[in-house]
Amino acid sequence: MEILIYGIINSVILAFMALGFTLVYSIARVPNFAHGALYITTGYIAWVLLHKLTGFPYLLAIVIAISVTAVIGALIYRFILIRIRGMEISEIIATYAIGLAILEGLRWGGLRGGTFTLPHFIAGNVQIFGVSVDYQRLIIVGIGIVTFAALYLFTHFNKVGLALRGIAQDERAAMMLGIDSDMTAIVSLAIGSGLAGFAAILLLPLGNIIVEVGYNVLIFAIAVCVIGGLGSWGGTILASFIIGFAQILTEAFLSTHYQMVVALLAIIVTLLIKPSGIFGKQKELEERV
Amino acid sequence: MEMMRKERIDRGVRVRASGLYAISSWREMLYLMGPPLALIIGVILLPFVLELAPYWKRVINIMCVYALLALAFDFLANYVGLVCLGGAFFVGVGGYLSAVFNVYLHFPVYLAIPSATICGAFLCTFLLMPCLPLRGVYFAIVTLMYPLLATRAIEALNILGGTNGITGLDSLPNEYIEHYAIILVTLFFLYAMRRFVNQDVGLVIRGVKDNDQAVRASGISVTKMKAFAVFIAAFMGCFGGAYISHMYMWSGLSMFALDFSIIPMASVVIGGGGTLLGAVIGSFILVPLSEVLRNFGTFRIVIYCALLTGFIVFKSEGIMVYAMRKYHQFERWVKV
Repeated sequence: MEILIYGIINSVILAFMALGFTLVYSIARVPNFAHGALYITTGYIAWVLLHKLTGFPYLLAIVIAISVTAVIGALIYRFILIRIRGMEISEIIATYAIGLAILEGLRWGGLRGGTFTLPHFIAGNVQIFGVSVDYQRLIIVGIGIVTFAALYLFTHFNKVGLALRGIAQDERAAMMLGIDSDMTAIVSLAIGSGLAGFAAILLLPLGNIIVEVGYNVLIFAIAVCVIGGLGSWGGTILASFIIGFAQILTEAFLSTHYQMVVALLAIIVTLLIKPSGIFGKQKELEERV
Repeated sequence: MEMMRKERIDRGVRVRASGLYAISSWREMLYLMGPPLALIIGVILLPFVLELAPYWKRVINIMCVYALLALAFDFLANYVGLVCLGGAFFVGVGGYLSAVFNVYLHFPVYLAIPSATICGAFLCTFLLMPCLPLRGVYFAIVTLMYPLLATRAIEALNILGGTNGITGLDSLPNEYIEHYAIILVTLFFLYAMRRFVNQDVGLVIRGVKDNDQAVRASGISVTKMKAFAVFIAAFMGCFGGAYISHMYMWSGLSMFALDFSIIPMASVVIGGGGTLLGAVIGSFILVPLSEVLRNFGTFRIVIYCALLTGFIVFKSEGIMVYAMRKYHQFERWVKV
């Protein structure tokens, strides 16, 4: 029972980490390697607001932190990625470099050790089927379901959301219908970064805000996206459940050391067997010779 | 308003020096041979010049190791089309193998380094073999994972000294052998690679990057060519790793560190991708810079990354291509 419940929780957490990455890749076709850095940045901004300004309301801090991250994401596209659009190698190197710069800059700026934590939304825990789960994790699962639903509604029943999907499916046709390709990419990067920030706000109270978490988030996000198929929503959720349960099982039967090994091996094995992922939309021929 | 445009014209000496008649005049010969000779002689004299500043002598070795790694990255990315974000994997494999040969099997240094280089290159090629059919983003992601996976696996299994690493490696016999081993190997690989990419095999490998279907249609196995290219790159990387492990007399998890992946990448971008010489020059600029910035701690990485992004966005041709253009051509404004 414990495995089942924590497996579900872990899967939702992974899906949250991957959501922003997969959104940006599916729409703007940019592998946003700065994802983990944006995640940590949000946590750090929220922490600064809460601890340097006493009595700052938590909710407002969250809203500000997420919006700042979204703006950073948009600026990254507007000033850097827009110039190297379509050159895959440069995109990877540039986003990776930006992410590294942010993370190592934060580390240099004093983000080390275990003193950086965000408070839980509601403290305490509850018994479900004899397993004790704290409220924060329950909130994560609840908000996770709501977020997925909201994103689905946004991309299917909203003009902006439909424009995003239009660009993702066929850029030229969408441009002929008057959808600005760069504008949608900016919006998608802003939303993707915002989602990374949102995930950070939800997940960081479970642990410390440290730089290494940024790298781990990036790895998990990539793992989930690659296994699910880059740019596929259903695949992302399915893959996060696969990895989530695989990790909980290894933790239960082996040791926590192997958690990351499982994720990394899963990526390598998936790429070898089916490079486009479980639900990948790309043609196989494009990815391998 | 009068419209102007910039016109670029080859220098006279370049045209004169492009044929066989270049050997009829010292000036043309100097024009052709000057820059490469300056580089070679400069690098070879470096250990003597730096007698004045002993601290910097160590930097030469590290500089050359990074130059080798940058060469490997440049070759893979710009000639084969495989962006390998995991240069650290080669270094780690080479370093650990050399440590195993030296400490566990008691090979002497001059046997441990070459055997680690060759075995490491085979091992890396073998381990990367399954990923070779991948391209672009996918290959980049997988290779990024390899050093991380290796680190976690060593940590989790607690093999090869676990988190402490393997200590007690023999050092190289004396300081000058230490310097010249790496300097000569770097120069050798630099010019060997420049020739190699223009040989028949090199042309096929470049074909893999430009149009792999055409290579395939010619009855040449694309995967085999890629494996060969990875072998060469891994050879350079593993030599660097084996050398470093003997220089520090230690081989540990930091052999798989991010530095070994990011600095060569930055060097190539700054030096100019696809020129090979640019990769070396880039690392000769970046590594001393990083040494100067040592006091800033991790802020160094921020500076690299800013440089890297700046070059990618604003000057994607790199220093080498820019310098070549200035050397061979002059510019003037003309009316349109």
